[in-house]
Amino acid sequence: MPPPTPHEDRVHSEQFLHTLMRRQLKLSIACAAAFLVVLLGLPVANYLAPQLMATRVFGFTLTWLLLGVLFFPAVWAISWIFIRRSIWLEEDEVRSVKSLGEDR
Amino acid sequence: MAPLLPVAFLEAVDPWIFAFSFVTVAATIWMGFRSARTSKTASDFFVAGRSVSVGWNASAISGEYLSAASFMGVAGMVMSSGYDALWYPVCYACGYLFLLLFIAGPLRRFGAYTIPDFAEGRYDSPLFRKIAVCFVLFIGFFYTMPQMKGAGVTLAYIFPGIPYWAGVVLVGAVITLNVALGGMKGITLVQAFQYWIKMFAISVPVFVLMAVFGFYNVHVGANNAPGESAAPATGIERKALVEKAPRDDKWIAPFGPLTTKAVNAAAAALPAEQRPAYLAEHQKPYSLLYTYSLIIALVCGTAGLPHILVRFYTNPDGVAAKRTTMWVMILIGIFYVFPPIFGVIGRNLMPELYTGLAGIKGTDQVVLKLPTLLAEKYGVLGSILSGITCAGAFAAFMSTFSGLLVSMTGALAHDVYGRMIRPESNQAERLVAFKFAAVLTGGVAIVLGCFVEKLEINFMVGQAFAIAASSYFPLLFMSVWWRGMTMKGAAAGMLAGGICALIAVALTNVSTLALDPGEMGRIFAVFKPLNAFWAQHPLLRILCEQPAIWTVALAIGLMIVVSKATAAQVPGDIRMKMLVLHAPEKLGLKQEYIQEHIAGAGH
Repeated sequence: MPPPTPHEDRVHSEQFLHTLMRRQLKLSIACAAAFLVVLLGLPVANYLAPQLMATRVFGFTLTWLLLGVLFFPAVWAISWIFIRRSIWLEEDEVRSVKSLGEDR
Repeated sequence: MAPLLPVAFLEAVDPWIFAFSFVTVAATIWMGFRSARTSKTASDFFVAGRSVSVGWNASAISGEYLSAASFMGVAGMVMSSGYDALWYPVCYACGYLFLLLFIAGPLRRFGAYTIPDFAEGRYDSPLFRKIAVCFVLFIGFFYTMPQMKGAGVTLAYIFPGIPYWAGVVLVGAVITLNVALGGMKGITLVQAFQYWIKMFAISVPVFVLMAVFGFYNVHVGANNAPGESAAPATGIERKALVEKAPRDDKWIAPFGPLTTKAVNAAAAALPAEQRPAYLAEHQKPYSLLYTYSLIIALVCGTAGLPHILVRFYTNPDGVAAKRTTMWVMILIGIFYVFPPIFGVIGRNLMPELYTGLAGIKGTDQVVLKLPTLLAEKYGVLGSILSGITCAGAFAAFMSTFSGLLVSMTGALAHDVYGRMIRPESNQAERLVAFKFAAVLTGGVAIVLGCFVEKLEINFMVGQAFAIAASSYFPLLFMSVWWRGMTMKGAAAGMLAGGICALIAVALTNVSTLALDPGEMGRIFAVFKPLNAFWAQHPLLRILCEQPAIWTVALAIGLMIVVSKATAAQVPGDIRMKMLVLHAPEKLGLKQEYIQEHIAGAGH
């Protein structure tokens, strides 16, 4: 078996895997948090401030407008941001590994 | 007299409704035959050759996901329960975000044919594959039953007098034929086509109805919110509500009839003078709990439905898997804006549906019936629109059922036959096994479908979601992100979570069925005392009706505890497995992993 190149060494190191998973998980959790604040916050708002949430906006109640109409675009925005960042992250990882391979 | 019967029978059928439904079914069969000519290899059948483009795949996933429950059930539920039912479309759509954030990319990079493949690959355990196969079949059959019921009920609506089982058999046979002929590749095209039928069928009638009878906001605004002396919008003609309909303030505000059912039943069992105090103290906190549990079940359940997950394997690479999910979210997000509009307009203009009709819960018909209102004003336009929504309903059962059938057939033919019974079988034999398994699974699904006439569509769907949320979602999430998971931990958590959810939901279902005045009530009469128990303990009833809030936590907790206890059994090459799951595909680690595995097997 040929001796491992520095490039392979790095990819197979504990540290590389650790950083890789950490960066991806951090991004996922940040996006999930933004989503969960809205999703889990809405019932709390309904519970604590029923008067405010019943305010009429164009005939809808505020809470109906938020849940039935505005929620969908908000989720699209989160997923769009996530996909752009996550594709960038992958490219960055490939770049960093490749540059190490060329250094040798 | 016998030859006259079909003629008299056809006279009762609206020709437009018949024409649109017929065209949808015929086009589905034709596309199945056409794709049968291009589907040749096993890879075509199981994962569509892993070469489905983002646009096609996103339409196909959306088509598969928008089931009878989405097409008819959501509108009916918004009409009958109001605001609380809005959580269903929102969480159905947003469960995908969870799939995208945590599961879609890694699962695709790991590259396996089916979920059981992943289960075995991740834990190097053939035993775990068997457990996972059982769950695919189990959740799959649970989810096919409501689709079958939807088919039977809709056909009986279109052709008055036709027996319920005829629709089940027709739709079941058409889809079984399609899957057996074209496999995953054939089904992908059909489902993509059916998404656009459904989108068209739900949006066009809504726009026409809104143009004629007033917009969404005006119809919501016609309902009095709590504390308001008069509704803000009065410009529309509203029919008087029937007695069975929920009152305006309960309907439009959160914590309405859907989530307060258990507490209200408990209050009804108390002496009259204690009721107001009891309701004031318990009603809102309990229904908040119900809401959260419902959200967890729907969001995690979406991320764990096996027939949706299997689709990710049809993407060419991990980036495409992510792009696909993004488009799915947009496609189903747009779709889910429309069904609640049907429910809201239906409440104002067709309140007679609340009284309920035989065989189908009245409000579930709102999507099919509402367009007929236009017939009074514009004649044939109403029939055409009603025909379009019926075609959409057909597309809804057919595409979801075909997806389920492909995933179950894949599990049987690939995992049971190809890996367990005859691992030495060649490609041609596996193709024959696929076709045979498709016919077998389709047949079982048709038989099961004939038995569930009395059960409610949303009940059955909710059950499938609760089980998926507490078994597959914890399994996938933890397997992908925690390297310390062992096979025993995964199996213990998945089985405990799934079985607890099943028992809890089944308990509430049988107690409700026991109250049925007809035949069902007699069969389940043993469970009648359970209702008295629920009235005493409304909290327990909520936790059984919506178990996700504790079963998901239980599954994840068990996975951690058992895995820690059996830490010595973590697979030896776990670092490599984790690298394959998470490293970008351009680094080519997958190839390396496969070679290592082959070398390892050779020793």
